[in-house]
Amino acid sequence: MTPRKRLMGVGAAALAASLVLSACGGGTGDDGGSSDAGAPITVGNTEPQNPLIPAMTNETGGGIIVTNLFAGLVYYDENGAVQNEVAESIESDDNVTWDITLQDGWKFSDGTPVTAESFAKAWDWGAQLDNATNLSYFYEPIEGFSYDENTSIIDEGGIEVVSDTEFTVHLKQAESDFPIRLGYAAFFPLPEVFFDDPDAFGESPVGNGMYKLSEWDHDTVVSVVPNEEYIGKREVQNSGVDFVIYTDEDSQYNDLLAGNLDIIKNVPASAFATFEDDLGDRAVNQPAAVTQVINVPEYVEDFQGEAGLMRRKAISMAIDRDGITETVYNGARTPAKDFTNPVINGWSDSIPGNEVLEYNPDEAKKLWDEAEDMDPVGDDFTLYIASNADSDHQSWIDPACNTIRQALGIECEFDAYPTFAEFLDDRDSRKIKGLFRGGWQADYPALSNFLGPIYGTGAGSNDMDYSSKAFDEKLKEGNAAPTIDEANVLYQQAQEILFQDMPGIPLWYYNTTAGYADTVENVSFGWDSDPILYPVTKAE
Amino acid sequence: MLWYIGRRLLQVIPVFIGATLLVYGMVFLRPGDPVAALGGERGLPEAVQEAIRAQFHLNEPFFVQYLYFLKGIFTWDLGPDFTGQPVTETIANAFPVTFELAVMAIVIETVFGIGFGLIAGLRKGKVFDSTVLVWSLLLIALPTFVLGFVAQIFLGVKLGWLPVTAGRDPNFESLLMPAMVLAGTSLAYILRLTRTSVAETITADHVRTARAKGLSRGQVTQRHVLRNSLIPVVTFIGADLGNLMAGSIVTEGIFNINGVGGTLFQSIVRGENVTVVTITTILVLVYIAANLIVDLLYAVLDPRIRYA
Repeated sequence: MTPRKRLMGVGAAALAASLVLSACGGGTGDDGGSSDAGAPITVGNTEPQNPLIPAMTNETGGGIIVTNLFAGLVYYDENGAVQNEVAESIESDDNVTWDITLQDGWKFSDGTPVTAESFAKAWDWGAQLDNATNLSYFYEPIEGFSYDENTSIIDEGGIEVVSDTEFTVHLKQAESDFPIRLGYAAFFPLPEVFFDDPDAFGESPVGNGMYKLSEWDHDTVVSVVPNEEYIGKREVQNSGVDFVIYTDEDSQYNDLLAGNLDIIKNVPASAFATFEDDLGDRAVNQPAAVTQVINVPEYVEDFQGEAGLMRRKAISMAIDRDGITETVYNGARTPAKDFTNPVINGWSDSIPGNEVLEYNPDEAKKLWDEAEDMDPVGDDFTLYIASNADSDHQSWIDPACNTIRQALGIECEFDAYPTFAEFLDDRDSRKIKGLFRGGWQADYPALSNFLGPIYGTGAGSNDMDYSSKAFDEKLKEGNAAPTIDEANVLYQQAQEILFQDMPGIPLWYYNTTAGYADTVENVSFGWDSDPILYPVTKAE
Repeated sequence: MLWYIGRRLLQVIPVFIGATLLVYGMVFLRPGDPVAALGGERGLPEAVQEAIRAQFHLNEPFFVQYLYFLKGIFTWDLGPDFTGQPVTETIANAFPVTFELAVMAIVIETVFGIGFGLIAGLRKGKVFDSTVLVWSLLLIALPTFVLGFVAQIFLGVKLGWLPVTAGRDPNFESLLMPAMVLAGTSLAYILRLTRTSVAETITADHVRTARAKGLSRGQVTQRHVLRNSLIPVVTFIGADLGNLMAGSIVTEGIFNINGVGGTLFQSIVRGENVTVVTITTILVLVYIAANLIVDLLYAVLDPRIRYA
């Protein structure tokens, strides 16, 4: 659910521990309001890396649990389209001031009502600097938010509670996709009981979602059962879900094959070639909202100026994306056509300028040589591609280097950092000596999510120090557009600017490679690569 | 004897201080900032990172951090790790299952290793001996993860005889396969040690004397051959207990067991220094205890050895 799955696609690691034999799941049928009796659905998962507080949850292991325990103003359906959940309406005339009206009758699983206050206070808590929440940047657009001092966005006038079912949000500037963001964990409501003791709440959260927590046996299993107070459209069809914790994707896959596990979210790389045969039509291979790029730091001299730009394009055209996605990933990656992602509404495969993403070794060599004539880097030049080596990146960097070597006749090397933390050290202190790996997983299904946070001037993840006035302007225009469709046109124009400047070299889109056993039915996977759990039933 | 044990236990104090200081120093010097890595690709805002560093005393100088750690160890309250879980709880959860696994592995390797080794040694050069030698060589040559995956796929997935993983329900049945895999290599070593040792003792003078006295074959084997052959084997098993507890990372990973090896590995990757140092320290203590027991066993096996 997040942009920072640290070991993207390799499955984040979980802590170990626990001898405690878990009682076999929590789901005794009588707990479930609308459910059939029966054994709970078992899903392979990783240990949540944070307390189960929405504003703290920034990784996938906790993400899938939190999104099932809480209901936000809106939710994302199977196609990533936004549907109202607790919200009756979300309206704005200028994309700056948003009037939000809630439906009547929503309650948390402890019986207390979900009011405008529940949202306002939850966001305010998440936004306070003293609470150091992992998702704090989501509240940054709201009036009164600050990274310099501890502020309350309620006191500063960012959120005004009008009545029990109505509140108003004031943003610092126009954000046309603000309603799309509201389905993300950062914008979930919290009950009163949370504010008494946040630490205790993180261990046993009380939400208003489809499920409620019945047991969290650390590093072993997280069990949830249907929440009978839930009144939304997504009616639970099973007796509950057990998220079984694994540290190794291979063992999880073997458990699925042996029939001990119903659903896995990630097929291990070792099974990419075989899983579609092993699982038949129960294998899932669909686009995911993750895009892999190689970023070009502006501070590396070889890539500056006109010659630098030609080199960027030459390298992009020298990479055989089709070949690598086929041979290395067996089709579990899709060659990129742009900087965003095909899962997102408004995506296009025909943005002017995207022909630099086609494999074209002859043209690439020509461009490189022209750049050499203009401003030579010399014959002993080595192109470095930096990444952490503690997850599986060598497997694509080496072949990418090979195609670059062959096409351009230059040396190319994987600049390997032993751990992610060491990679970050150099990346954040601007000491990378060549190109570096970047990956982005969408928080919410909007084109702008792939553009602003990465390529905007001074943006949090703009580790290249790319800065383009024209791009920033287009983005701003898009943010102020009256409708999402109109905004998307402007965002695509912003992408044209990126193709002219090439601050990054898009490589491919990830696929969701997952699967389920013949013990369950009605399984599908959402835009965020997580299984949609409420309609799943046990096979008879 | 008691004086000897007391003296050995006193040695634990400098070893404890040395080990914790050394390990703490090493993890402290590791490059990379674990707090920066908490936010993944996007990273956390600097202000948030600062707040987290302050919470975990990561801004303090080395010795202050070390003193916080010592205080935590002695009050057995090491505070939470980055996930908010108390460190002591994580460790307390990890040790029992690993201990259980290690004990099962030790029993398997001891029973089968000594048993087969004894028979092979007594029948040196015969068919049984040669067969066992070839098999043990194979076990030593096979990396644990190969053995683990092969066993998991055949015994677990294809044949369905044993549970594929043991994560949710680590009981005797589900731990049997991991214990066998874990015992594999050591079993082969114990077997070979016993065999060589037995084959050598058999030709010793005191065994010939025992036979000449008219003792039965069984009595000779039990009292005079086996007992005298066990000293190198016991040394090996003692050292192996420590290895099994610390070195089961691969096996624990394959079978999804939430034990010490996995916890240690994850803590190193995530930069959870306090957890790393505490587990390492406990492992050092386990080694010391195992060594002491081995030394005491020498005296039991060989009456000529006495401690004072």
